[in-house]
Amino acid sequence: MILAMIVINNQGKPRLAKFYNYTPVEQQQHIIRSIYSVLCLQPENVTNFIEGASFLGPDTRLVYKLFATLYFVFVFDSSENELAMFDLIQVYVETLEKCFNNVCELDIVLNYSKMHTILDEMILGGQVVETNSEKVMQAVEEISKLEKVTTATKLISKSASLLWG
Amino acid sequence: MSGTGGPSLMDSLFQRTLDDLIKGIRLHLPGPAQSTFISKSLDEIRREITSTDLHTKSTALQKLTYLHSLHHFDISFAAFHAVELTSSPSFLHKKTGYLAASLSFRPSTDVLLLLTNQLRKDLSSTNQHEVSLALECLSVICTLDLARDLTPDIFNLLMSSKIFVRKKAVACLLKVFSQYPDAVRVCFKRLVENLETVGGASDNGTMLAATVGVFCELARKEPRAYLPLAPEFYKILVESRNNWVLIKVLKIFAQLGRLEPRLAKKVVEPICELMKRSEAKSLVFECVRTVVSSFYEYEFAVKLAVEKIREFLLDSDLNLRYLGLQGLLLVAPHHLWAVVENKEVVIKSLSDVDRNIKLEALRLVMSMVCDDNVVEICRVLVGYALKSDPEFCNEILRSMLSTCSKNVYEIIIDFDWYVSLLGEMARIPHCQNGEEIEYQLIDIGMRVKDVRPELVRVGRDLLIDPALLGNPFIHRILSAAAWVSGEYVKFSRNPFEIMEALLQPRTNLLPPSIRSVYIHSAFKVLSFCLHSYLSFEKGASSSPPNFVDIEPGFTYSESEQEFTETDQATSSSALHKRDTFTQESIANVLTLVITSLTPLAESHDVEIQERVRNVLGLARLAQQEISCHNDQKEKMVDKADLKTSIIIRLINDALSEDFGPITFSAQERVPVPDGLVLEENLRKLDSICADVQLPISESFSLVKPNFLPADGDSISNQQNEEESETSAAESTSLLAEHRKRHGLFYLPSDHTKNASSSFPPANDPKQRDNDVDDLVKLTEESLVLKRKPNLSRPRPVVVKLDEGDRLPIAVKKTDENDDLISGAVRDVLLGNEASSHSNNLSGRRKGKSHSKDKVENSETGSSSKRRSKHRNHSKNVEENENGEKGKQKSGGKHKSRRRADGGVDVAVEKPVIPDFLL
Repeated sequence: MILAMIVINNQGKPRLAKFYNYTPVEQQQHIIRSIYSVLCLQPENVTNFIEGASFLGPDTRLVYKLFATLYFVFVFDSSENELAMFDLIQVYVETLEKCFNNVCELDIVLNYSKMHTILDEMILGGQVVETNSEKVMQAVEEISKLEKVTTATKLISKSASLLWG
Repeated sequence: MSGTGGPSLMDSLFQRTLDDLIKGIRLHLPGPAQSTFISKSLDEIRREITSTDLHTKSTALQKLTYLHSLHHFDISFAAFHAVELTSSPSFLHKKTGYLAASLSFRPSTDVLLLLTNQLRKDLSSTNQHEVSLALECLSVICTLDLARDLTPDIFNLLMSSKIFVRKKAVACLLKVFSQYPDAVRVCFKRLVENLETVGGASDNGTMLAATVGVFCELARKEPRAYLPLAPEFYKILVESRNNWVLIKVLKIFAQLGRLEPRLAKKVVEPICELMKRSEAKSLVFECVRTVVSSFYEYEFAVKLAVEKIREFLLDSDLNLRYLGLQGLLLVAPHHLWAVVENKEVVIKSLSDVDRNIKLEALRLVMSMVCDDNVVEICRVLVGYALKSDPEFCNEILRSMLSTCSKNVYEIIIDFDWYVSLLGEMARIPHCQNGEEIEYQLIDIGMRVKDVRPELVRVGRDLLIDPALLGNPFIHRILSAAAWVSGEYVKFSRNPFEIMEALLQPRTNLLPPSIRSVYIHSAFKVLSFCLHSYLSFEKGASSSPPNFVDIEPGFTYSESEQEFTETDQATSSSALHKRDTFTQESIANVLTLVITSLTPLAESHDVEIQERVRNVLGLARLAQQEISCHNDQKEKMVDKADLKTSIIIRLINDALSEDFGPITFSAQERVPVPDGLVLEENLRKLDSICADVQLPISESFSLVKPNFLPADGDSISNQQNEEESETSAAESTSLLAEHRKRHGLFYLPSDHTKNASSSFPPANDPKQRDNDVDDLVKLTEESLVLKRKPNLSRPRPVVVKLDEGDRLPIAVKKTDENDDLISGAVRDVLLGNEASSHSNNLSGRRKGKSHSKDKVENSETGSSSKRRSKHRNHSKNVEENENGEKGKQKSGGKHKSRRRADGGVDVAVEKPVIPDFLL
């Protein structure tokens, strides 16, 4: 299964961290740091796999891909295929691209919850549930609509209460 | 603004949003400014989150979740608010609440149970996105209680008409199973049914992928339980075109194929078809991996897989090349020819820039090592180690050391070569494997008698080089070198030289623990010199000693050969050594010892101090008597009567006992002597030893354990090779007994010397700079698979013990829950009757399984707290159970019919699953 999905920028700042097994926050911090400490030493033009047994526990692997300033990292065990995980990063980034048009780090920083929404449409409980970025987009758009409906009504009620208040 | 508690309207109107918070954090520089800003924001949030306005609360929780997940703040105080928000009618609030819960809740979060009802409500919502929020949250925070209470709801979703919901429910099921194995009994049939709905709606690709994914995870833990489902998986393997599905099915077959050879025969062809046909590298690689790790007996499949591996290896994409090497490593244990076929690529990869590729190549090279080519390969690798970066250099050394020492140096025939290789490794600039080299030098010294002269030569070369003392990484190796030089000094060509090396001024760079090894070795060398001198005088007192200048390269070839043949070297060698041990040289040594060690007699380190005093005591005594004896030489008739001679003889006898390797359990085999009460209570010792403060010092480790009464076990467990000399006699007698009892010996060796030139020297500088082509050529010769009979050089005796020499590896424990899951799976597949029979210890009537009973039963198992809750939903459960009954029946029939139709499947499966075709 997929154990974690992490987005870190090249300064070591996490932009998204999702762990599929319960992981205490201190341990999350530790894992993110040790992953970054390995990633930042990777020279360019090398393989995108890292054996994680030394710092993530037995039977863990890690696939990453660097897009501009961001590392997209998947941590998984031997029941996943390395190249398939690579494709999954591609699907995720493709979806982000469709979402934000020319996605940059700032989009990702400012759309924290949307990042989660997209990820949750693709992976649930460490299992891949959707790999078609069109379908993911469709669901994400539906969810955005649902969110907006409530926000709009809230704003109206708020301004109304301001008026009356 | 709102000092009195709740936030005012203004607060909520001008509340910072998550965006504002993020921008604010970015505005402040990391460090104090940023943390002040964050703590200020946290204060704000703490106020906002108590707001009655759900929108304010939701925004506050969003900010908290962000701070928790990316800035690692503890937000457990907001747990209740998260639960509160999940029940909001607004989708945004609900989503915020669930996100916070799934990211921050712990299994111990106390409000977790408050979420149960809300989860249940949302799981049965008509809005598929609400359902998926609940499923996502449950998949992360699932606990036993939640899993048990929500199993019926998940069960309903498994047959949902919306694929969107159904696939997520299936994915979530895995977590539910792992927390609450009994859920398998409820849900497993439906899970299997999801497996069978192939080729329906267009969306089924992902549906099936999720289902197969769950089976893949389950089968990984206990594959045997899923053998009965092999026909279903086989159908998917043949029919599916979805790569995600196929990868997972292949993973399942990799597990099942190992258990059932007939199954392997059946699936290996479709897998080969896939391998040939597929364009997707991921799928091709998965096929390769499945074949080479589970179906390696099928020659044609392996051939095809190796072809594909070769394509990977020659690809320009680094990732594919890396995976190719990985694939090759999987082939290696059963089909070494595949590695040999691709050795050019492998050896070239050793000098790749990529670390992963280099490591993988190194592992492959090591997989090719056998006793015929170990010399060649090690020489090539040492060349690479010298050229590589420190990290990889050490990786190379480590793998050489571990490969060569495997199974008590199984592959080493020429130990002289290996020992000199160890010496050479020590000199590699980045070497950080001192500990392992130290261990092996001493270990070989004790196990392989024939190699001792060479070992002493290697030790001497290391000791006399003053430059090495400056490198802390090889201090451990020097310690071993000093030990072997002292212990086996009788094989030394020039003991005086070793003495000089042991006492050179730069030894002050060594840590005390190692320096004391040096000093103790000096003691052994000194006593050997004195003994040789005195015994020679005794044997040939008539001939006047003539002085010969001692050169470092001076050799005693005849005597050396004698040493290898006979153990009682000292007496027989006296004749040959008469030139060495003149009175003058002995006097020189004594002066050297006394001048260089006297300052250390006041050392702060007790270990050094004690050993120095031992050496000095002996040296002064000898000096005195030898010089006095010189003056009155004519009067003295028999030197053997001298006090020194007697003492020296005694000491030498004590030191000439051999050390040998000892098993960890050796102590247990020693019979308890009569009259010794082992269980005797030693508590009285406490009062005696109460005032004695044992100084804690690193150097104490060499001798300390024998006296420490700390606990009874520590005394009996002290059985390591560093054991102090006091027990030397015991251990040798023990070893002798051991040898007698377990005659684990190889062929005895003779004339090691004649063959010593048959191997090229490991440190030949000319051959080090070969380029890749030369290396390929070199290994080509050595990698030929057929074994050449190597009769020219018999392997020396290696003392082996009947047990593993190093500590045994702990046996992997399987998760208890996994057993429960597979147990439940077996029950379900065996049929419901059996399941109810085995599951219910409370005496449920067999064959008349009312669903109501089932609920009651599960209730008796659960705590009374949950009882009322369960009642509320017992009706729900009841319906489910009934529904399931029907499904199960029809499902079972359907399945058996299908099996009967698919004649081939039956043919394969019949012997496997006779029990399941009831």
